[in-house]
Amino acid sequence: MDANIDFTQAVKGYILEEFLPGENPDDLTEDLPLISGGIIDSIATLKLVLHFEERYGIVLEAHEADKEHLDTIRDIAALLASKVR
Amino acid sequence: MKTRDSLHHALAAAAGRHPDRIAIVEPEHGSVTYRELAWLASRLRDRLIANGVLPGDRVGIYLHKSIDAVAAIYGILKAGAAYVPVDPDAPPSRNAYIMRNCDVRTIVIERNYEATFLAEFATLGAPPPLLVLDGTGAGEPLARVLDQADVDSTPARADVVSAPDDLAYILYTSGSTGKPKGVMLSHENATSFVEWCSDVFRPDSNDRFSSHAPFHFDLSILDIHVAIKHGASLVLVTEERGKDPLHLARLIAEQGITIWYSAPSILGLMAQFGHLPDHDWSSLRLILFAGEVFPVKHLRTLCEQVPHPRYFNLYGPTETNVCTYYEVVPPVPEERSAPYPIGRVCEHLCSKVVDENGNEVIAGEEGELCITGHGVMQGYWSLPEQTARGFLIDVDGTRWYRTGDIVVEAPDGNYTYRGRRDRMVKRRGYRVELGEIESGLYRHPLVKEAAVIALPDADAGVRIAAFLSSKDGQTVSLIALKRFCADELPLYMIPDQFKWLDALPRTSTDKTDYQRLKEFA
Repeated sequence: MDANIDFTQAVKGYILEEFLPGENPDDLTEDLPLISGGIIDSIATLKLVLHFEERYGIVLEAHEADKEHLDTIRDIAALLASKVR
Repeated sequence: MKTRDSLHHALAAAAGRHPDRIAIVEPEHGSVTYRELAWLASRLRDRLIANGVLPGDRVGIYLHKSIDAVAAIYGILKAGAAYVPVDPDAPPSRNAYIMRNCDVRTIVIERNYEATFLAEFATLGAPPPLLVLDGTGAGEPLARVLDQADVDSTPARADVVSAPDDLAYILYTSGSTGKPKGVMLSHENATSFVEWCSDVFRPDSNDRFSSHAPFHFDLSILDIHVAIKHGASLVLVTEERGKDPLHLARLIAEQGITIWYSAPSILGLMAQFGHLPDHDWSSLRLILFAGEVFPVKHLRTLCEQVPHPRYFNLYGPTETNVCTYYEVVPPVPEERSAPYPIGRVCEHLCSKVVDENGNEVIAGEEGELCITGHGVMQGYWSLPEQTARGFLIDVDGTRWYRTGDIVVEAPDGNYTYRGRRDRMVKRRGYRVELGEIESGLYRHPLVKEAAVIALPDADAGVRIAAFLSSKDGQTVSLIALKRFCADELPLYMIPDQFKWLDALPRTSTDKTDYQRLKEFA
């Protein structure tokens, strides 16, 4: 698998398209608290995880799919990157 | 009439019968036996009494779900006080309001929350004394804080004997005025419900109950107090884990859960995403759900994958706890699209359906469901007018709680839910007053007008849309708005959709035109 995927852009693009259509991409910063900040809810988080699992053929463990690991684009991208290497 | 013991007497009795059985399991942290749970709760009782807690006082619980929190519940009850659990992750301003509103004598709180809570409370007055735990997990932080001051760790006092009418807990629910309101429940309110559950579900000490609902939510009353009464084991599911269908599907199998109880939304997610055929759920004998309508398509999927347990749709507001029930017998027919009935009134209560004038209607006619009996709350904390509005009083003095839910009775005696008479909706099992969301939005400095509506949604049950107009035409980004809401409201109250309008539509009498807004959504 290509280890040079830009997960940050991929995650940002997915969130903008699915959950925040029409928002200014510059407002969606890498460190914005997504879940604790009320930007996306738990069901949206689940959709996001399932999307990336399918797309890259990876599996997130249950303990990884929580607020601690998925609250910011930076965290999500890092988690995904750790799975494909 | 049966004698009704207090909730904490049930723990003492179970600890006497089954001292070495596991009472509470906190996956990944540990477990406690009945003897250990009773001992920890008794030590907390002694500390609370030594700190000045008197029978009838309220004591706050500001903890994550844990063995520590269960011990806190029973320690508070043993001291003769009522417990007031809050969601530790809700906005601190909301929790400070709750603690101030019911004038808690003290609060058992985690250190993580202490500073923000005290800062919020400072705007309301002098804070109550806090019993600060350095965390939660397996009861150890609670034991540590008790060890620090106790010379002798042996419990010394006796449990306060509570009368049936004594307050056992206050649960705060969404209030239409923008502030949460406290539903006051007595020992008898709870024990009459626990006895009804015992008669219908026949639990015993071999059962393993799930504890999915948070403790500030009324579903927890069944989980905790029915399990403890029967010497069964209660398996705690934390809030974070409770949203993950894959994890939960595995947990039910690994923990050998026999009685599952939750809002339908997470069961629907498990049916869709939990890979259920991969898991051994053979131990599971009961699936209970309550809090909102279960979308039939997801219930059908669940019943197809897991046909062997008995399924019960339980219905009831916090004010009565479960008041009607309906057994769903799998399979769910392919052609069925209407939600299942909410069922018949529970045997410890009585029901009637009334029209707008409070007169009873005949079966088959729509009206508001009213409930009376031992399970019905005493009232709302320090809200005598709202309490009075909540009840219909018969000439013989019988108090009927008005649920606000419009139902119709079928010829077989089962009620079907039709809707609300006010602006309350259920979302992920939580009660949400749309007016409370509006009040939150009005606190934004740029918001001139705010109106919130609920729309039916095939997947989520209900979708919440907010309409706003701004002062001087400036608008705020969706991200900024959602972040603002997260500071003002619990996460489950944040609207799914926001729309800015030049001005909100008005009716001829100059009120917000909610019907027009539904067309805009």
